[in-house]
Amino acid sequence: MKSTVPTLIATIVGVVLIVAFFVPATQSWSETAVDWFNILAGVAFILGGGNLIKVQLETISSRRPGWGYALVILVSFAIMLTVGLLKIGVPPAEQYPNHPWSGEYDAPASAFGWIFENVYNPLTSTMFALLAFYVASAAFRAFRAKNIEAMLLLGTAFIVLLGNTAIARLTDGIPDSLSFLRLDQVVANTMSYITTGAFRAITIGIAIGVAATALRVLLGIDRPYLGRT
Amino acid sequence: MREIRIPPSQAIVAGALAFALAALAVAAPPPPTNVVAEDNPWDDGSALRVTWTSDGTDVAAWRIRRTLGEEERRQQRERHQIEAAAQAYATALAAAKAAGQAPEDATQAATAAAQAAATKAGGDTLDPFMFVGIAGASDRSFVVEGLDGESSYVVSVEPRGADGGYGEAAISAEAQPAQQLFRGDRLWFGIMLFGVIAMILGCVVAARNGVKMRIRRIAGLDAIDEAVGRATEMGRPVLFIPGIQDMDNVQTVAGVTILGRVAKTAAEYDATIEVPTARSLVMTACQDVVQSAYYEAGRADAYNPDTIRYITDEQFGFAAYAAGRMVREKPATCIYMGQFYAESLLLSENGNAVGAIQIAGTGETSQLPFFVAACDYTLIGEEFFAASAYLSREPLQMGSLMGQDMGKAMVMLLVVIGVICTTAGALGSGQAQAIADFLANNVLKS
Repeated sequence: MKSTVPTLIATIVGVVLIVAFFVPATQSWSETAVDWFNILAGVAFILGGGNLIKVQLETISSRRPGWGYALVILVSFAIMLTVGLLKIGVPPAEQYPNHPWSGEYDAPASAFGWIFENVYNPLTSTMFALLAFYVASAAFRAFRAKNIEAMLLLGTAFIVLLGNTAIARLTDGIPDSLSFLRLDQVVANTMSYITTGAFRAITIGIAIGVAATALRVLLGIDRPYLGRT
Repeated sequence: MREIRIPPSQAIVAGALAFALAALAVAAPPPPTNVVAEDNPWDDGSALRVTWTSDGTDVAAWRIRRTLGEEERRQQRERHQIEAAAQAYATALAAAKAAGQAPEDATQAATAAAQAAATKAGGDTLDPFMFVGIAGASDRSFVVEGLDGESSYVVSVEPRGADGGYGEAAISAEAQPAQQLFRGDRLWFGIMLFGVIAMILGCVVAARNGVKMRIRRIAGLDAIDEAVGRATEMGRPVLFIPGIQDMDNVQTVAGVTILGRVAKTAAEYDATIEVPTARSLVMTACQDVVQSAYYEAGRADAYNPDTIRYITDEQFGFAAYAAGRMVREKPATCIYMGQFYAESLLLSENGNAVGAIQIAGTGETSQLPFFVAACDYTLIGEEFFAASAYLSREPLQMGSLMGQDMGKAMVMLLVVIGVICTTAGALGSGQAQAIADFLANNVLKS
């Protein structure tokens, strides 16, 4: 009973979502199912927030290595929660100019919006910018010509790289009858046919894999939501 | 200065020529005829199909507009009233303050002005039509989407001339979209989907009846035991990240399923497994899965729920935590199974820098090259979804995998037919081209 009811719920909701995709009259059922999921996820956030606080407090109280980071997490969490819930600095909404709490909690002029814009966004941009260096180091390792496949990869990457630079203009002199040999054309053909073809093959495999995984969950063969796999 | 004299006869000819050219330049294209709006068949009742006739002379494109639905009209009026009220409020408040009124009186006066402006704006006449889209010069039909099934609409079709100017519009009679029983535009998708489902179910039944199934070796999955064993030997943890999406994402479901197998191996080898998650619901599911795996391995006492923790929903906040954790804890093994975006390379490059064995699997094609470049093993596409069956070797799981392969064979057959027909069509076969067009316009577009 403990596992039958959740499996039944998962199967019914899954079938409803599939049917709603094809039968317009049942579309509202799928919207209801998605609403239920959002409610569950919202409730689960309390568990997530509780877990975050518990784990960080334990780290601080036992003075584990890196406990200072845990303190930073807790203080940041408390600040954002306070300014968000109390709507500190939130301007009134246009519709209700006389009600100071009527605006959105994350309005740009609010304290929450200010912190988000001036603290969180720069930090996010910094993390994102690191990608440039990681791409370079990963490419350096990937393009080492260790075997035939790696050499092919290196050669293709080199051509695509050159084709996207001004060096590609050097091949503009190739006559029109042999225009497919121009570097920009070689790159365009590589991207349009070889890369697209390979990606489509992977995408088709993924699509069928998704259907099979969903079916395994619907049939109860895989039940990760019950702690059984 | 020398005066230039033009003979009167030449001046008259030049003037007439200029007039004729000007008249030609501004000649508006003729309006379309027989503009008919009717329900778009076999849909969810949110679209109308408008058709028209025209000889197409001097038309560069067609601008399609439609009237607003009841709810849209109400919203448009409300927006208009709010804008008018806000403007009146600001103006009146500034005027009252400039006149030296007390703040309370100024606010009262501004509120009264805003109310009056809103009432006045409520009676304004607003543009009844809204822009929908542009149809090509040769098009004679257009599907107007995003409509409300409860409202009636009038559709306007305006010709645009080569000079960019618009000619006279022709409008249709009122029409209301209607909902049909079945989405006809998804018919072929449905046939394909149920075909694949039937194959999977058939193979699951065959597996249940004892039919033996073989699965090819997948190096990335074979390496899991070795990777977990290495973590045990080194006395360092195994880091498992089930993507950054929620449990409604099938890749997360697949990742959590694989986590169960990895956790069981970790329990058997007495290795510590750490699972940072980016969603609360994923955290609870992972805790249940890992606990269950420890029970199955007979090591219930070794299960520690605090190693499966929620971090943050924010993509780069999560990546920063995971990267920092890797640098400080130096895990021996990093496993990434689920949906990843830009953080894939941040995570895997940090894992590489600390010398961890890395195994990744995702269905996100744009991230696969990064994982391939940075990880020791990568499960590409379908391998990721086959992992659960591969690791468990249960007959039912293997049956579903066999069905998955049969579905792939069916798609491959269609691709081959499409390629042959398109090639034959390009060489002049009309029938082959018709088949290729049918596949492209009906099967692929559904």
